[in-house]
Amino acid sequence: MIKSTVTPCATDKNVISLVNVNKQYSNENVLTDINFNVQPGECIVLVGHNGAGKTSLMKLMLGLTKPSSGSVNVLGQNPAFSAAVAQGLALGYLPESVAFYEAMTGREVLNFYAQLKGVGKNECRKLLDLVGLGEAAKRKVGTYSKGMRQRLGLAQAMLGNPQLLFLDEPTTGLDPILRQHFYELIDELQKEGATSLISSHSLHEVEARASRFIILKSGKIVAIGSLDELYQQATLPVQVKISVAEGQAARVAERMGSNVNILHVNNKSVQLSCFKDEKMPLIRHISSLGEDVQDMQIMPPRLDELYSHFMNGSAL
Amino acid sequence: MKMLWVLALKELRDGLRNRWIGAAILLLGTLAIALSLLGSAPTGSVRASNLDITVISLSSLSVYLIPLIALMLSFDALVGEFERGTMMLLLTYPVTRWQVIMGKFLGHVLILFIAIFAGYGGAILIMTLLGGSLEGWQAYLSMMFSSLLLGAVFIALGYLISVLVKERATAAGSAIGLWLVFVVLYDLILFGALILDEGQKIGQQLFATLMLISPTDSYRILNLSLFDGVSDAAGIAGIASEAGMSSALLSGVMFLWMLLPLLATVFVFQRREL
Repeated sequence: MIKSTVTPCATDKNVISLVNVNKQYSNENVLTDINFNVQPGECIVLVGHNGAGKTSLMKLMLGLTKPSSGSVNVLGQNPAFSAAVAQGLALGYLPESVAFYEAMTGREVLNFYAQLKGVGKNECRKLLDLVGLGEAAKRKVGTYSKGMRQRLGLAQAMLGNPQLLFLDEPTTGLDPILRQHFYELIDELQKEGATSLISSHSLHEVEARASRFIILKSGKIVAIGSLDELYQQATLPVQVKISVAEGQAARVAERMGSNVNILHVNNKSVQLSCFKDEKMPLIRHISSLGEDVQDMQIMPPRLDELYSHFMNGSAL
Repeated sequence: MKMLWVLALKELRDGLRNRWIGAAILLLGTLAIALSLLGSAPTGSVRASNLDITVISLSSLSVYLIPLIALMLSFDALVGEFERGTMMLLLTYPVTRWQVIMGKFLGHVLILFIAIFAGYGGAILIMTLLGGSLEGWQAYLSMMFSSLLLGAVFIALGYLISVLVKERATAAGSAIGLWLVFVVLYDLILFGALILDEGQKIGQQLFATLMLISPTDSYRILNLSLFDGVSDAAGIAGIASEAGMSSALLSGVMFLWMLLPLLATVFVFQRREL
């Protein structure tokens, strides 16, 4: 039974399709009315606070849990409890704070997982070198640092060139250089046409590579779309900074009109904000002010403002 | 099938790595040697072969020891992986849940096989080299196989505990409780009831049935009754067959005690969310 609310059409083109998905754990709603499709090659970023439901959502798509209602479709299959089997090699998963068999060495761990995917030892060696664990591969995982575990986790997720990657907080515990390196690896898979779902706390980090964001708040999708689309939805004020001739700031500020919110005035500059639909009239007005205005900077809302806008559920 | 082997070999390697197998071989081997040395003292008059005596004493000890070893192997097998989070990752690989259980089972039975055959078998080889006779080896060999089956029963029971509880500590406690009930308390209560009853309500048939449904008692009777040499020496010649307990029935009971918990474990596991 599918409720006929906003139902995204589930075509064959979708790698992932969730329709009216709800998930409850002992009467507590963890996910409510989740609807979205993912097309091949997309890089979807799940954003939200801890406990917003990012991991729960991934587990549903991985088939580790079943939805309480609604339907989940991954690579043309219902993943419930058999995701990996149905999809064979096609899936790679890096859990949040990944756990391994501590007594095994890095190489043994990777070989074990490779055997389950039918991947050869050669690829394991390459992957270990790729994530910079070539030297440490002989050591027991129990002696690994957080960053090394994370890299081993990434190596296992990349076994067998998966078409679909689920990465849950992939860069926690990685230093900036490794972070960079990590995203290069992801980019490489992406170029080969892999679809990826990355959950993250920080929009900044994934901003450039995400094709779309899904912003989750207490189990609900509060916004979904590309960065541009999110700006459109957010209706956040644009900030404009005008540099003026010495001593003219107050005069310029007075001539700005009533629709404009003046934030800050000092001797040489005026800072103001307005909403998107008032932006062009404002710019035209400013350019009509003549010699007094020397320079103008337009600053769209910052990413963290965007994020907190959706998180607080109201305009600033 | 390949998946089962990959999973089984991982368990086997774990067993070798943490020296678990080595310790078990040493323990079982030492006990077997000690008991066959002790056993050879009073044999002169009874005219039973050394090995027959050893089978009696060793199987009476195995009935305590093998379940304990099997439970130690298995109680942690699932709950440990749930708790550490390794199960979650494993299940995103192309393995089904029943393959995970059966693969582990295969691996743990293999560990037990090595421990029993290297321990008990090795002990007998050493005794032969020291000049002991191999007479009655069939009974000894059959004891090794039935010990393996007994171990498999308790591995399966350990899995059932492991899939049902939420924490490792609970699993450990439950495993000890299970061991006490199956190995000690059941018999204690059964014999206690028999004595209190003074043969009023518990007839021979009921008593035989109550013995039969316990996997540990089935193991005892199987080892004491299967070979004439052993049952003569144990002083229970013909009792088992009179009660209608054939070796097929006894091992069948044990087999069911292995199969049913295993199926129950798979059933529970397949409904579990991670």
